[in-house]
Amino acid sequence: MSVPVSMKVNGKAVTATVEPDTLLVTFLREHLRLTGTHVGCDTAQCGACTIHVNGRAAKSCNMLAVQAQGAELTTIEGVTPAEGMHPMQAAFKTCHGLQCGFCTPGMVMSAIDLVTHHPHGDEQQIREGLEGNFCRCTGYHNIVKAVALGAKAMGV
Amino acid sequence: MNDPKVGFIGKSVERKEDYRFLTGQGQYTDDVTLPNQTHAVFVRSPLAHAKIRSIDTAAAAKSDGVLAVFTGKDLGAIGGLPCGWLITSIDGTPMKEPKHPVLAEDKVRHVGDQVALVVAETLAQAKAAASLVDVDYDALPAVANTATAAGAKTAVHDIAPDNVCYTWGCGDKAAVDAAFAKAAHVTTLEFVNNRLVPNAIEPRAANAVYSRADDSYTLYVANQNPHVERLLMTAFVLGLPEHKVRVIAPDVGGGFGSKIFLYAEDTALVWASKRVGRPIKWTAERSESFLTDAHGRDHVTKAELALDAAGKFLALRVHTTANLGAYLSTFASAVPTILYATLLAGQYATPAIYAEVKGVFTNTAPVDAYRGAGRPEATYVVERIVETAARELKLDPAELRRRNFIHAFPYATPVGLTYDTGDYDATLNRAVELADVKGYAARKAASAKKGLLRGIGYSCYIEACGIAPSNVAGALGARAGLFEAGEVRVHPTGKVTVFTGSHSHGQGHETTFAQVVADKLGIPLDDVDIQHGDTGKILFGMGTYGSRSLAVGGTAIFKAVDKVIAKGKKIAAHMLEAAEGDIEFKNGEFRVAGTDRKKAFAEISLSAYVPHNYPLDKLEPGLNENAFYDPTNFTYPAGSYVCEVEVDPATGLVRVDRLTAVDDFGNVVNPMIVEGQVHGGLAQGIGQALLEGAHYDAEGQLLTGSFMDYALPRADDLPSFMVETAKGTPCTHNPLGVKGCGEAGAIGSPPAVINAITDALWHLGVRDVPMPASPHTVWKTIRSAAK
Repeated sequence: MSVPVSMKVNGKAVTATVEPDTLLVTFLREHLRLTGTHVGCDTAQCGACTIHVNGRAAKSCNMLAVQAQGAELTTIEGVTPAEGMHPMQAAFKTCHGLQCGFCTPGMVMSAIDLVTHHPHGDEQQIREGLEGNFCRCTGYHNIVKAVALGAKAMGV
Repeated sequence: MNDPKVGFIGKSVERKEDYRFLTGQGQYTDDVTLPNQTHAVFVRSPLAHAKIRSIDTAAAAKSDGVLAVFTGKDLGAIGGLPCGWLITSIDGTPMKEPKHPVLAEDKVRHVGDQVALVVAETLAQAKAAASLVDVDYDALPAVANTATAAGAKTAVHDIAPDNVCYTWGCGDKAAVDAAFAKAAHVTTLEFVNNRLVPNAIEPRAANAVYSRADDSYTLYVANQNPHVERLLMTAFVLGLPEHKVRVIAPDVGGGFGSKIFLYAEDTALVWASKRVGRPIKWTAERSESFLTDAHGRDHVTKAELALDAAGKFLALRVHTTANLGAYLSTFASAVPTILYATLLAGQYATPAIYAEVKGVFTNTAPVDAYRGAGRPEATYVVERIVETAARELKLDPAELRRRNFIHAFPYATPVGLTYDTGDYDATLNRAVELADVKGYAARKAASAKKGLLRGIGYSCYIEACGIAPSNVAGALGARAGLFEAGEVRVHPTGKVTVFTGSHSHGQGHETTFAQVVADKLGIPLDDVDIQHGDTGKILFGMGTYGSRSLAVGGTAIFKAVDKVIAKGKKIAAHMLEAAEGDIEFKNGEFRVAGTDRKKAFAEISLSAYVPHNYPLDKLEPGLNENAFYDPTNFTYPAGSYVCEVEVDPATGLVRVDRLTAVDDFGNVVNPMIVEGQVHGGLAQGIGQALLEGAHYDAEGQLLTGSFMDYALPRADDLPSFMVETAKGTPCTHNPLGVKGCGEAGAIGSPPAVINAITDALWHLGVRDVPMPASPHTVWKTIRSAAK
């Protein structure tokens, strides 16, 4: 029953065979051991599994691995530079935009997508833009500040 | 960037743990995959209450990839999951303690109750096989309503035929009755404190492995207190030797109380790991979290406040029915009693208080500690009734509070606590100023122009944290001590690894505790690492809950550092050929007082491990000290919150426009982290007030079983907050002067929000709005008040 898939993950070509019902997030976590992408729910509500698919944020629990055939994927591991951090990651640290860290990779991936496509959002727009990501620790207060700072640092 | 120089207390240094979390390198339990890993799925009851006629596992056992299927019968004579706190009823009888089986035996008692454990090569195979386990149920009527559970026709447990676990009392009933008889005014409120699902974003998870080589077990588990988990599991349930079980709680994605408890799944996995002979991993799906994580709150309360003609509180009388769920979870019995009624004095010098709490069993998930645990429920009672009394008496709610504040410390309350310190006027006055209460009338008028009703509400909370003096807890029924342990291991080069029994699952201990140690030793922050969450590394630990980590765990570390310094002085005295009493330690240097003869910290540590010029006749080599700290009292953080809301009377939609929080946490080590803790608490408190509520139907089916039905606050549901930590009154009985900040926001904010909504609607005849104050609920409340 296994089917072949090939895609580009964090800049590297990946080819594998998977069961057709394998979720993309399972493929990333279990097959590629990219465990920075997390699973926080089973209804595509929490956003902990957010990655970039062809440059746009997507919930990887809500796609099958086979649906990513031929796609270019970026995970939190992929946005992290060889040394240091991406400006959005650094902004989260500066603003204390994370506590337990579990929602954080998905939140950062959403934030990068948000400010890339909506560069000059005010507080309310940032809040609405993060609607797809739950954080239970921070009350979002510092995340909102981090996204604004990250946007500035990214020069968008 | 962090300042590499010394002196770290009170500085908002960036967190040491952030890099791994931000780059996806955190290691949460589900990220741990062991060689020969197998996967587990639990078969769960779809019914709230039923007899199990039979369980047929034959088809599942033959399914592809299945290694084993276990039911309650296979577990044999192991114990039930224990409850850690004995509550005694008013009539002197102990609480009813029905067995909480690891896998269901003759009956299931809530939807999600675990009936069988399926272990397979892959998760998909385990799931497929689980669907083949055939359980023949004989459905029974369910008890699902808190208010009517006591005396219902159906009993959840045979040993509690009336479904009452205990009826517990606190305070002087006769004095309260006498005070009410002479009261000039009595305010009465009846309300529900809504049931909540903690919903840490990391679901519960466990991975257990047995080693035949040395007959030992290792359990990775998303847990807030690995030593407690191990102690309860080995001594009370599985009968395993404690030293042969290692429990590792690696990175944990939030807890909020829900990961304190010993759960059936962790226990079953450890038991099964020996039978299967391979590591077994289980990670809850979110729907399992909703069904089986211990829930919070769920009180039905009648409260009465007696006042004299001058607006002084004479007495408070509270009757509460608390839902304990289907089984007693680890601390379930203590939450609505010891952690609830003892807080009913709040910030006020109310001379007489009596509370009576009936704990009831129902066919719902167990209810236990959730952020605040009893103290939010108490604060809700006190702050709602005080605000209502003020409105009934046409007094300024802030003024009525001031009139009744405790002003002299220490203060012994009529409900068993002694507050060591506080300044309630200071926090309230600052909150009034910061919230710009002066400008409120103008804002109300501006809202009115938009057709919106603006309201303002206060909440002045107190909490008892730093849990707890072990002897006091023991006298109140605790079956455990509540101290904390810490170890400070100084390496030869002067670098330091600290081992703490506290557990960080978002609180930032790796930074805050390092600040304490680096500050005290006068060494760079980067020279200190904090280790936690592993019974194989840490000497002992009671864990993190009840805002206790810095006050109790931090103090244990502090005391261990004191021992390091004391030994360092002895070594320095020898090396500097001076009397020990003449050595002073400051800024990382041991110095002969009044001279320039000195040794740096790293010179002393090197000497301790290379003891050539060393007083070996008097002193052991090495520089490694540990300490256990048992507090002498609780700590009493307190604060004042002011909330402003806008209510749309046409739709019932409530928008929190401003939430101002001024907290007295005593001394603060890292203001940035502390404010972050308050933000998170506020979000959960506003969530309780406006959005969140777990609902069971009459058959005991959970209607709010996913994020599609249970409204967790999202970024656009909340405002930015105005948060300030007051200069504060340092705790008088721990050396750091700290009180604890983790739960405050969740405790103080729900009554502030509801007080603001009821203020906005008071002129319409609305006296109370149930939580969560959803648009539909508010709209209905407005409509029914108009009738």
